[in-house]
This record gives sequence, C-alpha cells and structure tokens, in this order.
Amino acid sequence: MSTTASSPYASDASAVERRRSVIMVSSCTLISAAAQILMKIGMTHFTPNAMAIVTNVPLIAGYALYGVFCLMMILALRQGELSLIYPIISLAYVWVTVLSYFLFHDTIRPLKMAGILSIMVGVAMLGRGGRE
Amino acid sequence: MNGTPISSMAMVLGAAVVGSFGAVFLKLGAVRLTNIWSLLNWRLALGVGLYLGSSVFYGLGIRHGQLSVLFPMVSIGYVWTLLWARIFFHERFTQPKIMGLALVLIGCCLVGLGS
Repeated sequence: MSTTASSPYASDASAVERRRSVIMVSSCTLISAAAQILMKIGMTHFTPNAMAIVTNVPLIAGYALYGVFCLMMILALRQGELSLIYPIISLAYVWVTVLSYFLFHDTIRPLKMAGILSIMVGVAMLGRGGRE
Repeated sequence: MNGTPISSMAMVLGAAVVGSFGAVFLKLGAVRLTNIWSLLNWRLALGVGLYLGSSVFYGLGIRHGQLSVLFPMVSIGYVWTLLWARIFFHERFTQPKIMGLALVLIGCCLVGLGS
C-alpha cells in the first residue's frame, strides 16, 4: 500500500470536475436502466441451457451495458465524492419506471409517481449542493 | 396480505451492506487509476465482485415477500455508503447532501409502496 503526503481523497476537486462527475453519473443511470430492462426481457425467456444463454441477445446486451455502467461509475468516482455520486444512482429507478411505462405499458400509481418526483428533487439537490 | 419472510429481509439488508462495501472498494480503486491497465487492480475487482454478490443476494431476497417492504430496505445501502464515505474518505456531511439523500430515501420508500 502506497502512502503519499497528500491524501488522494481530499475533497479539493474543483466545481467543474464535480459537475462533470455528477453529469457523468446521471447519464450513466440511463445506461443502467436500459441494462435492467434488457435483463428483464432476457430473463422472461431464460432457459438453463448453455446454447440458449449464449443466444439470448437481450440478456447479453443487458450485461454488456451493465459493464459500461460500471466503467463509467469508476471514472466518475475518480474525481467525485462517493457520498455525492452514490445516491445519484437512484435516478435509475426513475428511468426504469418511465421506460416500463412506455415499453410494457405498466401503470404508474400516484404513490410511485410521488416517489419518483422525490428522488428527482433529491438528486437535483445533491447535484447542486455538493459545494461547501 | 401475506407477510414478508425474515429470511428475505435479512437477504435484502445483507445485499445493501455488501453493495455499500462494493462502492467503497470501487472508490479506493478509482482514485488510483493512472492508465487503462490500472483498471486491473484488486480493489476494483473486489468492488465489482461485491456488487455482483449484492445483486445475487438481492435477487434471492425478492423472490418471496412484498416489494413494498423489501425495496425501501435496499435504499438503506445509501445510508451505509454515506457513513463509509465519512469514515474512510473523510468526506463531509453537508446540509444539501443530507437533505438530498433524505429525499432520495423517501422517494425509494414511496416507489416501493407504489409498486
């Protein structure tokens, strides 16, 4: 384990860098939502058979997108604070709900709608308020 | 209305803890990135592994029981992560962070109840 004089975790990232990580994670959650939906589609015709899994395009595409999501998260975490970046991932719930509404014609109950609005306001607050 | 088995709750709460440690190791690995090859370090590998482990626990946990009970329990992972960020990375608790997180948690509970 290397020890350097200055801590690599010091929160001295500039406002620009912070904003960049917030934007990166926010857009990342769209990818994560797409991955979750593809996995869900893939799982509906899942059969425990090697050939069927290899040719299950939605499932494989879902996992591939999840890999992209992980990579982008790692890049965002380089500069951004963990306590700021991590809760923003909850935006994925918003996208999954909206996408399910359009793709699967799922109904959005008022409670769920209220929850989604609350998440969006919370994330907006995190995005704006990370500065001291 | 059927109850939610304790084992499901334990599994989902466990998934939240495991996932929050996944985030800690991803952060530990991410700050050490210098080039493309440094992506292959044990911290990132452990972080991704814990993440996958947490999704397995979560998948097993939600097989039985009600999502409206289990879903908000997953979001407790955000609180753990905030705590670890404070302890391990000396990140500050600022008012907007706490307010933002509180709104996210309330939102997750409502999404669970409305599912």
